[in-house]
Amino acid sequence: MSKVSARLYRRRRLVNHVSLTFSFLATVFGLFWLFWILWTALSRGINAMKWDLFTQMTPPPGSDGGLLNAFAGSLIMCFGAILVGTPIGIAAGTWLAEYAGKQRLGEIVRFVNDILLSAPSIVLGLFIYELVVHQVGHFSATAGALALALIVLPVVVRTTDEMLRLVPSQMREAALSLGVPQWKITVQVLFRSAMPGIVTGILLALARISGETAPLLFTALNNQYWSTDLNSPMASVPVVIFQYAMSPYESWQSLAWAGAFVVTIFVLALSLIARAILVRNKVRND
Amino acid sequence: MAVPSGSVIDASQPAERIAARRALRDALFDGVFRRSVAAAGIFVLLILIAVALSMLWGGRQAFLTFGPEFLWSTDWDAVNHKFGALVPIYGTIVTAAIAMLIAVPVSFGIAVFLTEVAPGWMRTPVGSAIELLAGIPSIIYGMWGLFVFVPFMAEHITPWLNDNIGEWPILGPLFRGPPLGMGMLTAGIVLAIMVIPFVSSVMREVFLTVPSRLKESAYALGATTSEVVWDIVLPYTRSAVIGGIFLGLGRALGETMAVTFVLGNAHRLSPSLLEPGNSIAATIANEFTEADSEIYLSSLIALGFLLFVVTFIVLAIAKLMLNRLNRLEGAR
Amino acid sequence: MTNAPSSFALQTQVAPARTDAPAVVAKMSARNLEFHYDSFQALKGVNLDIAEKRVTALIGPSGCGKSTLLRIFNRIYAIYPRQVAQGEVLLDDENILDPKYSLNRLRSKVGMVFQKPVPFPMSIYENVAYAIRHYEKLSKADLDARVEHALRQGALWDEVKDKLKQSALGLSGGQQQRLCIARAVALKPDVLLLDEPTSALDPLATSKIEQLVADLKEHYTIAIVTHNMQQAARCSDFTAFMYLGELVEFGETEKVFTKPVKQQTEDYITGRFG
Repeated sequence: MSKVSARLYRRRRLVNHVSLTFSFLATVFGLFWLFWILWTALSRGINAMKWDLFTQMTPPPGSDGGLLNAFAGSLIMCFGAILVGTPIGIAAGTWLAEYAGKQRLGEIVRFVNDILLSAPSIVLGLFIYELVVHQVGHFSATAGALALALIVLPVVVRTTDEMLRLVPSQMREAALSLGVPQWKITVQVLFRSAMPGIVTGILLALARISGETAPLLFTALNNQYWSTDLNSPMASVPVVIFQYAMSPYESWQSLAWAGAFVVTIFVLALSLIARAILVRNKVRND
Repeated sequence: MAVPSGSVIDASQPAERIAARRALRDALFDGVFRRSVAAAGIFVLLILIAVALSMLWGGRQAFLTFGPEFLWSTDWDAVNHKFGALVPIYGTIVTAAIAMLIAVPVSFGIAVFLTEVAPGWMRTPVGSAIELLAGIPSIIYGMWGLFVFVPFMAEHITPWLNDNIGEWPILGPLFRGPPLGMGMLTAGIVLAIMVIPFVSSVMREVFLTVPSRLKESAYALGATTSEVVWDIVLPYTRSAVIGGIFLGLGRALGETMAVTFVLGNAHRLSPSLLEPGNSIAATIANEFTEADSEIYLSSLIALGFLLFVVTFIVLAIAKLMLNRLNRLEGAR
Repeated sequence: MTNAPSSFALQTQVAPARTDAPAVVAKMSARNLEFHYDSFQALKGVNLDIAEKRVTALIGPSGCGKSTLLRIFNRIYAIYPRQVAQGEVLLDDENILDPKYSLNRLRSKVGMVFQKPVPFPMSIYENVAYAIRHYEKLSKADLDARVEHALRQGALWDEVKDKLKQSALGLSGGQQQRLCIARAVALKPDVLLLDEPTSALDPLATSKIEQLVADLKEHYTIAIVTHNMQQAARCSDFTAFMYLGELVEFGETEKVFTKPVKQQTEDYITGRFG
């Protein structure tokens, strides 16, 4: 090799080495923060865990208590959000996949849906405030559930759309050539085929809304006491964490860590289950 | 028995009559079903329009009262009912910019590592671990930021920055400030950590669409890994990579909880990154329930409208960029 | 008033293979059939008769239009917006391309089996019962009998009779395809369209299905598209050779394969192209 090309070669190798080292360091950098944050949440959270968490209500400032009403509130509102957002989401996703997806209007809706998917959740909370709270005159759990439903909706639309489009066209043709009408095929055959994927989408949406704070801040507000009244403010774990963490009281801060721990575990568990469903379905179909 | 074509069913036969009824019922249900799902689809479109309109409506009092000066006024006086959006806008943009400056190269590095460098057995676990970061709720980031990272910044980083870079001629004022730990730099870093898993997973997916035969031909010619990445992968996926970056930017602009905890909620405009400030989302989150006048409320909603418009534009650009790669793929 | 059976296009050329076989009658006929995908013309002026209770094979190189032609016979192309058919296709002397002809009625008379076995994500029993349920309200005993009958006709009954409730996805490829055949015959159609039914299967499964086709023609009119000439020679009574959207030659299989009339046919059969 001539001297010039040897020098070129050495330089290229150096550049390569540096770049690859950088990419390795970047990954280490990313994982470092992950571990630090998880470690903090888990260690401080476990220290703050106690049985009272699940048996007592949120306490007045400075005292001890639990998060029972917050857990209940989160459960109710998340469940309500899924109840409202999922059917509309599946219907819209079906429309995109089976009927209008390739037409102009369908493409516009898909575009808009993807924007809604990444829209700031605080903006969605403001919208429900204007639409519901302002009109009715008071905060309510219903408003909170509706705000969360707006986060669930685009996730389910997208998942349904993508999962239905994965179903091979020959399955549609096979069912149609039996003379069965389009709607029946969609509901009885196509949904069944796409169901694991759609369920995964719902689980991921649930994971996302169970940690959302901003949209609840001015829709469901907060409630110090036990309440299952959908028409009045309701406590939720993220909002309580927000309130307690920003406060100067140690007992409250400790509760905030415990709540954060539970939420983190819940979200991680849901993500793992969702992933397991996808993997198991892929294995079965291959 | 012959049936002339054109009239299709001999309705005198009972079997034919049943078939005709069933065909009618099928057609009816098909129509109902199609219209219902179409309504749901249009509903999604209407929601977005409704969001935009309702916030414009809610903010109208602020826009009408303050006019275009709302955008560059630094007032924030609840007592005298004077509000301006500059401080929150500034904070939103600066924290997002810091976040992207850190997140983009790091995400790129991670994506390259996961697609080209890491041995096969490492790719799935590490990739999954990074995606786990994406799933952690933002309030956890906020709490970690407030209780762990802020003290860390206050004790170790901020004084160092003050003493060292704070003395530099041009960049200096950016890094001179009280060792509070809270501030735009801290918020920017926390945002970066939030955005990294997201942007890197988009980049990784995009890198994986490059046909392996392209890369293999380059390797066969003796190209190094970094050359393949720079000369083959990146040009091929350029639009989508930009799209992914814009997607992350959209996230960073709209993020509330991670920033609220560590930004300091101070309505003061200062060139220093170490000073507390405010962002649109943090302002709304912190002050909405305490707004005690119509104009206060309207100003906050007006801020929300501005945030919505900005993120809409950013996300629309992102989507268009990402679609370009899809269209290129589809044409092959 | 009875109608004389419509004349069979090449009847003068055809000698019945068996003296006890029923006279050859056209079940379905394509007349001046043209077909377009967007601006591309896939079929040009096709005139073809499908003989009742016989097997007609459609052969030809890739892109010749044989699958396109088959898919017109049950109008499955109609779900794709930019595909248009012109001309006539007669089934029992009715033009099925007439918009007034009910699609449901057509598909209850003409069944189709596709290249890739596509069992529905349900149990084996449900796969077969699915379409029956849409058309008729049967008691459980009647439905069971219909399902068994269909599975027997599909040569699958013995292999699945103990696991009817298991998912159809657990069957092998060949079994899945026989299930699809059973599913199609469950509706007791008059005509069965088979679109390259064995191209995704291994040789053993393929021969099982070819045997099945030979048995099925006793009850059903069968049209089969195949790119495997040997399969056409083995299974069919009549063969239609197509090239670039035109019907080049049609006749008794034995004749077409041993003494083809057109040069193009001979070239294809001897492997000079395609």
